[in-house]
Amino acid sequence: MTRRYSALSLFKEGLAGQTGWQPAWRSPEPKPSYDAIVIGGGGHGLATAYYLAKNHGIARVAVLEKGWIGGGNTGRNTTVVRSNYYYPESVELYGLAHRLYEGLSTDLNYNIMLSQRGMVNLCHSTAEMEIGARTVNAMQINGIDAELFSPDDVRRVAPIYNFSANARFPVFGGIWQGRAGTARHDAVAWGYARAASRLGVDIIQNCEITDFIIEGGRCRGVQTSRGAIRAERIGMAVAGHSSVLAAKAGFRLPINSYALQACVSEPVKPILDTVVLSPGCGVYVSQSDKGEIVIGGGLDRIPSYAQRGNLPTLEAVIAGLLEMFPIFGQLKLMRQWAGIVDVVPDSSPIIGESPLPGLFLNCGWGTGGFKAIPAGGTLLAHLLATGKHNDISRPFDLDRFASGRLIDEAAGSGIAH
Amino acid sequence: MTASRLATGGNAIDRSRPIRFSFDGATVEGFAGDTIASALLAGDVAVVGRSFKYHRPRGIWGAGVEEPNALVDIGGPRATPNTRATTEPARDGLVAKSVNATPNALADRNAFLDRFARFIPAAFYYKTFMWPDWHRFEPRIRAMAGLGTVDAGWTSPDTADQINHHCDLLVVGAGPAGLAAARLASGAGLTVTLVDDQQNPGGALGHRAGEVDGKPAAAWIAETVAALASAGQLILPSTTAFGIYDHNLVGLNQRHLDGRPDTLWRVRPREIVLATGAIERPLPFANNDLPGIMSADAALAYLRRHAVLVGRCIVIATNNDSAYDVAVALAEAGAEVTLVDIRRDGTPAAPANVRLATGRALASASGRLRVDGVTLDNATRLDADCVLVSGGWTPTIHLFGQAKGKLAWSDARAAFLPGDPVDGITVAGAAAGAVSLSDVFAGVGKAFAGQANAATPRSTGLEATGGILPAWPMPGSKGRIWIDYQNDVTVKDVELAARENFISVEHLKRYTTLGMATDQGKTSNLPGLALMAGITGRTVPEVGTTTYRPPFTPVPLASFAGARVGELMAPVRRLPLENAHRANGAVFQEYGGWLRPAHYGGNADAERSIADEARRARQSVALFDGSTLGKIEVIGPQAAAFVDFLYYNTMSTLKPGRCRYGFMLSENGVVFDDGVLVRLDEHRFVVSCSSSHVTAVYARLEEWRQDRFGRDAVYIHNATSDMATLTVSGPNARKLLETLDLGLSLDDADLPHMAVGHGTYAGDEIRIARVSFTGDRSYEISIRADRAEPLWAQLRQAGKALDAVVIGLEALMILRAEKGFIVIGKDTDGTTLPHDLGVEGPRAKRQSEFVGRRSLFTEEASRDNRMQLVGLTVPQGEAPLPTGAHGIKRIDGRLRSQGFVTSSYQSPTLGRPVALGLIERGAARHGEAIDIQNLGKISKATITAPCAFDPAGDRLHA
Amino acid sequence: MQLFPCPFCGPRDETEFHYGGDAGNIRPDGAEMPIDRWAGYLYLRTNPKGTAREIWVHMTCGEFFVMERDTVSHKVLSSAALDGEHAA
Repeated sequence: MTRRYSALSLFKEGLAGQTGWQPAWRSPEPKPSYDAIVIGGGGHGLATAYYLAKNHGIARVAVLEKGWIGGGNTGRNTTVVRSNYYYPESVELYGLAHRLYEGLSTDLNYNIMLSQRGMVNLCHSTAEMEIGARTVNAMQINGIDAELFSPDDVRRVAPIYNFSANARFPVFGGIWQGRAGTARHDAVAWGYARAASRLGVDIIQNCEITDFIIEGGRCRGVQTSRGAIRAERIGMAVAGHSSVLAAKAGFRLPINSYALQACVSEPVKPILDTVVLSPGCGVYVSQSDKGEIVIGGGLDRIPSYAQRGNLPTLEAVIAGLLEMFPIFGQLKLMRQWAGIVDVVPDSSPIIGESPLPGLFLNCGWGTGGFKAIPAGGTLLAHLLATGKHNDISRPFDLDRFASGRLIDEAAGSGIAH
Repeated sequence: MTASRLATGGNAIDRSRPIRFSFDGATVEGFAGDTIASALLAGDVAVVGRSFKYHRPRGIWGAGVEEPNALVDIGGPRATPNTRATTEPARDGLVAKSVNATPNALADRNAFLDRFARFIPAAFYYKTFMWPDWHRFEPRIRAMAGLGTVDAGWTSPDTADQINHHCDLLVVGAGPAGLAAARLASGAGLTVTLVDDQQNPGGALGHRAGEVDGKPAAAWIAETVAALASAGQLILPSTTAFGIYDHNLVGLNQRHLDGRPDTLWRVRPREIVLATGAIERPLPFANNDLPGIMSADAALAYLRRHAVLVGRCIVIATNNDSAYDVAVALAEAGAEVTLVDIRRDGTPAAPANVRLATGRALASASGRLRVDGVTLDNATRLDADCVLVSGGWTPTIHLFGQAKGKLAWSDARAAFLPGDPVDGITVAGAAAGAVSLSDVFAGVGKAFAGQANAATPRSTGLEATGGILPAWPMPGSKGRIWIDYQNDVTVKDVELAARENFISVEHLKRYTTLGMATDQGKTSNLPGLALMAGITGRTVPEVGTTTYRPPFTPVPLASFAGARVGELMAPVRRLPLENAHRANGAVFQEYGGWLRPAHYGGNADAERSIADEARRARQSVALFDGSTLGKIEVIGPQAAAFVDFLYYNTMSTLKPGRCRYGFMLSENGVVFDDGVLVRLDEHRFVVSCSSSHVTAVYARLEEWRQDRFGRDAVYIHNATSDMATLTVSGPNARKLLETLDLGLSLDDADLPHMAVGHGTYAGDEIRIARVSFTGDRSYEISIRADRAEPLWAQLRQAGKALDAVVIGLEALMILRAEKGFIVIGKDTDGTTLPHDLGVEGPRAKRQSEFVGRRSLFTEEASRDNRMQLVGLTVPQGEAPLPTGAHGIKRIDGRLRSQGFVTSSYQSPTLGRPVALGLIERGAARHGEAIDIQNLGKISKATITAPCAFDPAGDRLHA
Repeated sequence: MQLFPCPFCGPRDETEFHYGGDAGNIRPDGAEMPIDRWAGYLYLRTNPKGTAREIWVHMTCGEFFVMERDTVSHKVLSSAALDGEHAA
């Protein structure tokens, strides 16, 4: 069986030339049928497979990935992990993810490099401070470790911020979550893949869904570029491509796909120790362990499936970054990229059975999917195993659009997530 | 004796202009035209930096953008960490420091890490540091990572220029292909822009021998550049085309030698020629990363351009023909040269004065801080003070790849070449796989066939040949063989990745960090994936390449930001009377994008100023600048039907000359804006929306106009900034206005509350609306913005007799909160429906369609525990509730929010705090006590009706 | 930077435009409208990968129009005013 990861095994392998390691996950040929199929080998899909095996004892599971695992938004995000949400439903969801993240390295025996360096959402006016207070109070009531920061507190965690008198967006304070931070995004995908594979899950890469097998009004499998694969329960976690699969299954979703861009500077020695978000500047930023300044901004304004960066958004984001941290004006941009995110009107995810019975959805995470991976996996696994909602996933069902029970964080807290 | 400057030669340097700069504290001498790297080489500085992971000593590898090793931090006002020494001009007085080395590159105290390399292979960190917590180990690892250092005291001297540019043809690369293409296009009458990332045009012709049209290369380059210049074509040296974006927009970054920040160009060419050349690859052998091991082509470039001879006793290892020219040139320059060619047969003839060993490869290099010799695969040992390698050429097709061009593998070139063409893009020269000058020019000629009337240049000199035998890194090789120099990725790391199933090219990259360094793998990507192909028994094209992402080389962040600093990054809107307010001691704050007086009386004791303003406003008369208030005119035969559809409230029943308050909803039923609608006449309305919503309301009106009513049904004009609106409010408001000549009757019979009248002031038409946001008798006077100042001055002057007070927005907030008047977005959130605010009528009764109607009858909208607008009072003597505090209740042992405080002030008139809130079921809970929690502290409040002052509304008419 | 053809102004930078939604998403009127139809109008989107027919507004001139474009290649296929005139 796969060798356990530890300092000792690394040391022993060091003496043996690192030749004893096994594949992190197996790459078997797909079987004709499984107990459950998960479409999408990103973080959510792999986590779903892992929890199906671990929590529900269902290991005859295939994860079908059109390209390479972790190649979508899991490998394209800015790696922030946090649960500073406003509504109780969101807190339950992202709080679950955050707690699971805290034990994930041990659980998976894979260092996902969770770095709880804290995150501050800045407030730039009295009005924003009032909403900040409203938000912090909501979080505290819901059991989240939020604090309302004074300008001095902000200065303590981000001393290189632009505190000059003529700053366009002066700091009135901020919303702080100390448990927030970053994790190594690729490692999350690989860690889940390795752990799921160990439990018997088949991870099938280069396997594209071409159609659904629908019999008696129910989804009973998929046609793929590697043949037909059947299962009674099928979950999909394909983010920005959800609408494409939904069209194959015969329904529409409340989703628009947009490019979300990110970029990194060249690596430099430690200069920024926390995650900082400025709503005024439209930018959030952290420094990776490698030393790159990791920069994220808002969505592109044009619906798109093109996974490429562009200049207008980049220019706006970088202008915002330099307004926040003028000393970054000496740095250079090293890499720019984009992921395709699935944006829902209320910016909350969709978890639940689709209009096609037997097909279950985990989508609509928009810009915030990475931080939710362990919860998205747990909840989709629960749905696939039991056919029923977990209490935490119930509010996020597709039926909320007809009932009007939207969970719009921006509506409540004024903070778009 | 090792590297040195020759007494003569160097086509890029100006020996009459010596310069000095410092590197790691030592003085380096050079000439104008030197790069930092060429000057360091001339000074025989072998170790210029330390690698990212193992802190291995590293020397200069290349002479251009591909450089993986020679990065320096440059200090001073133009400070830039991680600057490539091979492309950065050496300047007099420049201060450069090696990166990732403490205290310096020669004596780095972290060099010991290399001894533990076997325990820290690729991706080792995923396998350990899990217990107790990664965060415990992280700070030390973090401190080791990173390369250069940010200068914390740096301030930006100025901002970067950004230029939009159009041309018929953009040529990227001023080598032979680019020059030829530019000249042909210019001759055909096209406007041409030619860019090159080097200071001097010519590309490889700047150091490779060649004859064009019977002239030496240098003469042809000069003549071509002169011809382009005299035809008025734009030539941009020191300019990198870093990205091709949507619709073939090309981003350029232009460097300046005079110390100005770089300039960003956004070029929109009709056609693009990519003549971006090719980059020489390293060869795999043990310790191939030692200082003194360089690209063979780079050595030739340093010799010809900078008159630097990189060694005296040189071994050149190659697998292709291109190194032979290098051997000849170095031997001629006085070096002792041994050429080791991996090929047994088919090699060019042995050059004069060069020892040639064919059918041999390097097995390893030796040396500590610089290379001192090599061992061949037959165990022959050769001494060397410099080892040059040429592993073949990788066409520079990054931009083609960014433009989504497909690549095609060429066995003959052992490289990827551009595949199917991309609209508007032609790849030429070495980037397209051409080797000889003849091929280069023939390719360019073909691209312009039928377009250009000028003759294609002809090479008349010796022709380069492209013979190559691939020499990819092989699995199972002995020793430590580097693939990615900067990120310390070796053959063993790639083998480990394959062993662990990271065989997809993207997994390989991410797992080992191959190609993710600042050089973006320009020398390492192809060898890395060829090795993966070898390990997994696939061909190179089966393994594929990673995605090409911009920028081609790192681009200063400042170039992207340009002038968008401060207010230019996010402009604020300003009042026409701003100067008058400033003269009156106004303290400005930004509200919804507008810069408005928060209060008057200066910054000292703001709280008291605000309280004074609010108190005095109730006593006599207040003046307020309400110019930001929306004034959007809706005109046309269907204007009444249009406003009926747009408003929650029925508006068509409004009589001309009257005003009505109402809500606009979003289609999801949520209250989007509130305000007063004025009906001027049968077919003309003015939408008076909230200041911060004007743009959005206007856009919405236009959308419904065009999408539902049609162009001819209504016309919409946003007159908000055409007019200033000056508000006069208070018991003495009418008395004050009567002292002015406004050309209309102010009698309440003629101008009652919620009516609008028309008058004139100093010859200008004015509109006066009896609308109140304070609860007191109020007049909103709208006048041409550019004529508002005299009216404002006269109001203030006349007000003196009545003890009038000028109030800012903060006092107005108190006055309206006393009345329970709401501000949308403050006293409502993105879920508030009109009936939550106590306005149930239209929902219950309206028969006609309106925006958001159906959404008012969903399950959610009909919930009986919705949050509703309430007033909140506190026990006598207590301070105002904090805005943002929540009402709380414990349900099933769990704390639950019951809603929150939206507005809260000390009312100077009432002598007690007033507050508004959205509280669950609040409308039915008046009189009930509620616990309020703020930042962990709990206090008590009582739920009341929203209006705390003059609930009967008598003062509107007083 | 994409260039979008405004039917009234000609090609302009993408930053001057705002996305308005799917073309042909007709509003169903009436308080009694079945909620699924209303929710469909409000929220469901075709979101095609490939050719899309969309409503856009050129913010600088204020005109709404229909544009067909490819959401992967970003190639613009056509644009026309809402009433079908002024094709660009």
